[in-house]
Amino acid sequence: MFDLKNLTVSAGIGLILFALFLLCALFAPLIAPFPMSQIAGDVWGPLSSTHWLGTDNLGRDLLSRMVYGARTTIFIAAMATALSFSLGAILGLMAAVVGGLVDTLMSRFVDLLMAIPTLIFGLVVLAVLPSNNVTLILVMGVLSSTRVYRLSRAVAVDINAMDFVEAAKVRGEGLGWIIFREILPNALSPLVAELGLRFIFSVLFLSTLSFLGLGVQPPEADWGGMVKENKDGIVFGIPAALIPASAIATLSISVNLVADWVLTSTASLKGGRE
Amino acid sequence: MMVKVRTKPRREPDILLDIRNLKVEATVYSPGEKPRDVTIVDGVSLLLKRGKVLGLIGESGAGKSTIGLSSMGYGRGGVRITGGEVFLNGRDILKGGVRDLRRVRGSEVCYVAQSAAAAFNPALRLMDQVVEAALLHGVGAKAEAEKRAVALFTKLRLPDPKSIGCRYPHQVSGGQLQRVMTAMALCSEPDLIVFDEPTTALDVTTQIDVLAAIKDAIRDTGVAALYITHDLAVVAQVSDEIMVLRDGKMVEHGETQQIIKAPRMDYTKALVSVRSIEHEEKGPTPKPLLSVEHVTAAYGGGAVKVLQDVSVNVQPGQTLAVVGESGSGKSTLARAITGLLPPVAGSITFADRTLTPKLADRSKDDLRQLQMIYQMADVALNPRQTVRTIIGRPLEFYFGMRGKERDARVTELLDEIEMSKGFIDRYPAELSGGQKQRVCIARALAAKPKLIICDEVTSALDPLVADGILKLLLRLQKIEDVAYLFISHDLATVKAIADSIAVIYRGEVVRYGSKTQVLTPPFDAYTDLLLSSVPEMEVGWLEHAIHGRRMESAGN
Repeated sequence: MFDLKNLTVSAGIGLILFALFLLCALFAPLIAPFPMSQIAGDVWGPLSSTHWLGTDNLGRDLLSRMVYGARTTIFIAAMATALSFSLGAILGLMAAVVGGLVDTLMSRFVDLLMAIPTLIFGLVVLAVLPSNNVTLILVMGVLSSTRVYRLSRAVAVDINAMDFVEAAKVRGEGLGWIIFREILPNALSPLVAELGLRFIFSVLFLSTLSFLGLGVQPPEADWGGMVKENKDGIVFGIPAALIPASAIATLSISVNLVADWVLTSTASLKGGRE
Repeated sequence: MMVKVRTKPRREPDILLDIRNLKVEATVYSPGEKPRDVTIVDGVSLLLKRGKVLGLIGESGAGKSTIGLSSMGYGRGGVRITGGEVFLNGRDILKGGVRDLRRVRGSEVCYVAQSAAAAFNPALRLMDQVVEAALLHGVGAKAEAEKRAVALFTKLRLPDPKSIGCRYPHQVSGGQLQRVMTAMALCSEPDLIVFDEPTTALDVTTQIDVLAAIKDAIRDTGVAALYITHDLAVVAQVSDEIMVLRDGKMVEHGETQQIIKAPRMDYTKALVSVRSIEHEEKGPTPKPLLSVEHVTAAYGGGAVKVLQDVSVNVQPGQTLAVVGESGSGKSTLARAITGLLPPVAGSITFADRTLTPKLADRSKDDLRQLQMIYQMADVALNPRQTVRTIIGRPLEFYFGMRGKERDARVTELLDEIEMSKGFIDRYPAELSGGQKQRVCIARALAAKPKLIICDEVTSALDPLVADGILKLLLRLQKIEDVAYLFISHDLATVKAIADSIAVIYRGEVVRYGSKTQVLTPPFDAYTDLLLSSVPEMEVGWLEHAIHGRRMESAGN
């Protein structure tokens, strides 16, 4: 299904970029030339041979912070996405299959959550709770799981009406088999497309929260927070804020290029043969 | 030169449509492969005289619709006419440009589609759609066209012909809509109408009405027609000549009488002899396997009663056929027995045990012994599972078989349904319609059931494929001693395989007994209507059947 021979050019580019980001994140201490929070030069120093990307508002090496920032940003976004998907997809599929009161209660509760603007909801909760990475992941995961829930429920309601699901029910299959073996494989294409988007929204949401000061706390590096730290430099023509910003953009695009490819290769109903 | 329809000279050659060496191709884009061209129609020629009807017959994929549409210079869904000539009224319409084609379509040639419900614009009144082509081609003023439409509605025996045009498509039944579409085709007074399976989607009892209406309309207006269908008995009623097609090539062409009485080619012979299955009726046994007693079932919490006080028995190792029109409640009976729709009243006894009304309360063994096969094999198989998983799952689930043991049994089952071991890793999308239905049968058999409910299992299949499935079912019944509850609207099929028959009409059993009892006169009015509506391969059957009817069909 994921045969590398069928890799398209755009998917290849996406895959390479994403792998680079991932490598940075994994081996951050080895790659980064300076420790994350060491003041290594002048404030907002220009690009040079010692500081490839220059230095930030406190004189820390920007490249090192970018590398460590990749670690935090990708980790938190990935965990939040994983949480939102497991939670949203399982509950959504279950609501569709079980139906009745369970469906109504869960769906209305999700509507309730969605009625409150995500950012404001996140800000309120994070302001109350102790701010650490676990809280961040939980809050982001639960908030974006509402979208996944809606999508997977809508997709599954259609599939649930098909004869093969009825055949499985008549056979006496349990909820687990029906959800994971009958419905989920058929709902995968829209869910994968959503996965790519959700991951990016998580990165953006995290960056927004950090920018507003409620996300990753300093001195930890994170791309959104770095944009905030360096934003004042833009007025003076210092590009330091643009570097983490463009990293966010590049990550978004590369992830979606890969998601597109996964989407097309899972769309085949003939096991990718023929 | 273009000749306008209105100013057509009255004296003209006898030949209306002359297709020579038609070749139609399409490009197939399969993923991971270079696009390649496939030939859909290969070197077909035909000649149609004014006022005559030519029947095009063949299985799905034979190219009959493609040929029909080529008479108006149209290729559906990326299909290209790559060779040959299509002479209509003496000029090659393929040579002219788009403008010429537009002038031909809807004025000289009209088209009647299979699914009338999908062919009408649901947002417009019927009358506006019926007269549209006539107005577009300037065949007359609006009032004149509408008057002609009303006359056609009357001729096609539509109820309330004066005002039916004011209705929207959803406000008339399927059979009526099909007749309205015929009126639409006739309204612009064309020389040729292409009928593309106009009665295939209809119930038998409705089909006969529509068929008779179409036949009368063709006779009275003197229009020529290409009649496309896969049912030889239907085409025998309306056409003067029949052309048999297979895989885009002509198999045989001749007068209707010759084709159905003395076919020359083997393929035609197979088509003609379809449904001539010999099945010896078995007598009743002391104890029925399944006994449905006074079952009443309803949707919407008891608001809509679909089944009323139904009692039938299925004998072990025998077949009970449940027959009725669509909406008669026959599929609901299946849902009530399987527990998908718990009945409101009545009881169901299966192998000496009373089945609980709800599916969730039944024991695994009860579930195993009662299996089901569906009408649409396409949606009854999970497209994301291979044949191995589909057939293997019941083995795993009911008998705890795993690995090699399970695969060996799957291979055995594949062998029983006459499919080779090579199919084990295929996905449903890689199987033909008949193969899919066979896999469904194997899945049901894997559970070693005592009873299989077959819900219209052959209705969606081509006649020859359906024949194969019926023979397979009969053979399996002999080997496995399994009983069938066979739901169908097709009496010809039922005659071929049933031991006893229950006729259902509006949720009630109107006639029930052994096959011979049910099919021996005197009949009640509904059974008579059903029986007399099954097309027979006999020229002149239609007039005879219409004449002898005692009861009007519901007109669904």
